[in-house]
Amino acid sequence: MNHAEASGAETARTSDAHHSRLALAHYADGPFWACLAIIACAYLALIGCMLISDLFYTTPGDLLDALKSEDIQYSIKLSLITVTISAILSVWTAVPIGYLMSRISFRGKNFIDAALDIPIVLPPLVIGLSLLILFQAAPLKWFQTHFFQVTYAVPSVVLAQYTVACAFAVRTMRNTFDSIHPRREQVALTLGCSRSQAFFKVVLPEARRGIFTAFTLAWARAMGEFGPILIFAGSTRQKTEVLPTTVFLELSIGDIEAALAVSLIMVFAAVLLLLAIRNYGVSQAQQNVI
Amino acid sequence: MIQVESLHIQLGKFELQHVSFEVNPGEYAVLMGRTGCGKTTILEAICGLRPIVSGRILLNGADATRMKPAMRGIGLVPQDGALFSTLTVREQLAFALTIRGWKHDAIKKRVDELAELLGVTHLLDRGVHGLSGGERQRTALGRALAFHPRILCLDEPMSALDDETRDGLCSLLKDVQSATGACFLHITHHRDEAHALGDRILRMEDGAIREIDQNELQRPNAPLYSQSEIMTG
Repeated sequence: MNHAEASGAETARTSDAHHSRLALAHYADGPFWACLAIIACAYLALIGCMLISDLFYTTPGDLLDALKSEDIQYSIKLSLITVTISAILSVWTAVPIGYLMSRISFRGKNFIDAALDIPIVLPPLVIGLSLLILFQAAPLKWFQTHFFQVTYAVPSVVLAQYTVACAFAVRTMRNTFDSIHPRREQVALTLGCSRSQAFFKVVLPEARRGIFTAFTLAWARAMGEFGPILIFAGSTRQKTEVLPTTVFLELSIGDIEAALAVSLIMVFAAVLLLLAIRNYGVSQAQQNVI
Repeated sequence: MIQVESLHIQLGKFELQHVSFEVNPGEYAVLMGRTGCGKTTILEAICGLRPIVSGRILLNGADATRMKPAMRGIGLVPQDGALFSTLTVREQLAFALTIRGWKHDAIKKRVDELAELLGVTHLLDRGVHGLSGGERQRTALGRALAFHPRILCLDEPMSALDDETRDGLCSLLKDVQSATGACFLHITHHRDEAHALGDRILRMEDGAIREIDQNELQRPNAPLYSQSEIMTG
């Protein structure tokens, strides 16, 4: 074997070794994907089993009995009304703040951005307590004396829900406006629009998916709100009792069936909302690709 | 007519100074230059979309330096068309006219006229989703032309089109220019596009704009742009 042949054989051996290592690396992809799938399945199983066990713990008869209770009917009605008002108020607040934060640069913007997240990161009880203390301040006491009662009344339920839900709506709207290229507004400006016309005629219609998502997220968030309501609005039956309060009150007197019936209502509401967001989101996302 | 005098624009660390040029009435000017040299920034400043530090912009003889974009009467055709995704083609073409409060019949007449000129009559009632690249650019052109602007600014309007569509749009732009008599400022990286369209070719180099002639444009060793720049431009 001459030098060239020896060198060729050596190259072939090296190449074979590399190929075997490559084959081994590809073979190793299987366990990698399996690990990911196992973790995902375990978490999904936890969620699924949790909901299924709720369903099997009770019977439709028990559920109906619980739903016949006047207290629970009041709590469902109050929840639906307050949550819807909170979600509408949240969207009204979130759209201008989200647009401002998305389009305008100013000194201290990072600080403001962080401040807007405070209701998300603060412990719920602290939010309730802070609201309660705020309404002990003289101007707000005067307001309550001369106009209407807020603390421990229905307005406090709305305000407690709104304070937290709005922060989620603001985040959603900020992301929505970030994803709409400012070029379209700029074109609208050259076509004769003022800033407000460009906003209402071009940006807002394009943000409809985000507005819908912000509304539903705020709605869902407000529906689950408990801590701030307990502190700021109290848990008086037939007065400031919303669905999470009912779960708490029923559990505290040992009526698990009633607590579960109310919990299932919230589960169904959450599932419906998720489906709505997903369906509307997908159809819009497909359109926005173009 | 566009007159830009000693324009100074500052965008963070990016700066353009002493930019001066003019485009005469009814002239088709093509502005070329390397990627990132500031061509689009100048176009945006002319349209009133970019604040300037100093200098003057005169449009049809009037000082428009501090004018709002809406008052400048410039039609803008951006690179990707930037069509309004919630409107139909008809509504896009009617947009500027609706804002100006035109009567319904007048809007309809103008939209039909534009649609025929641009060959988009069959698309009028369609949404913008699913339009081809050429159809999108025709619609964007129609939207910009609707209110009879005397000046039209086009920012690489054909960068995403195939050769055949590009040729079609080139001849359409020439037809539109002769039909409207407007003054066009067109940014492109494409030598052939500049050759086919430009009455005057401007090149931006080292922050300054100078006019080049067709011979210089066509010279094989002209220091224009590499293929990679054309692709990313």
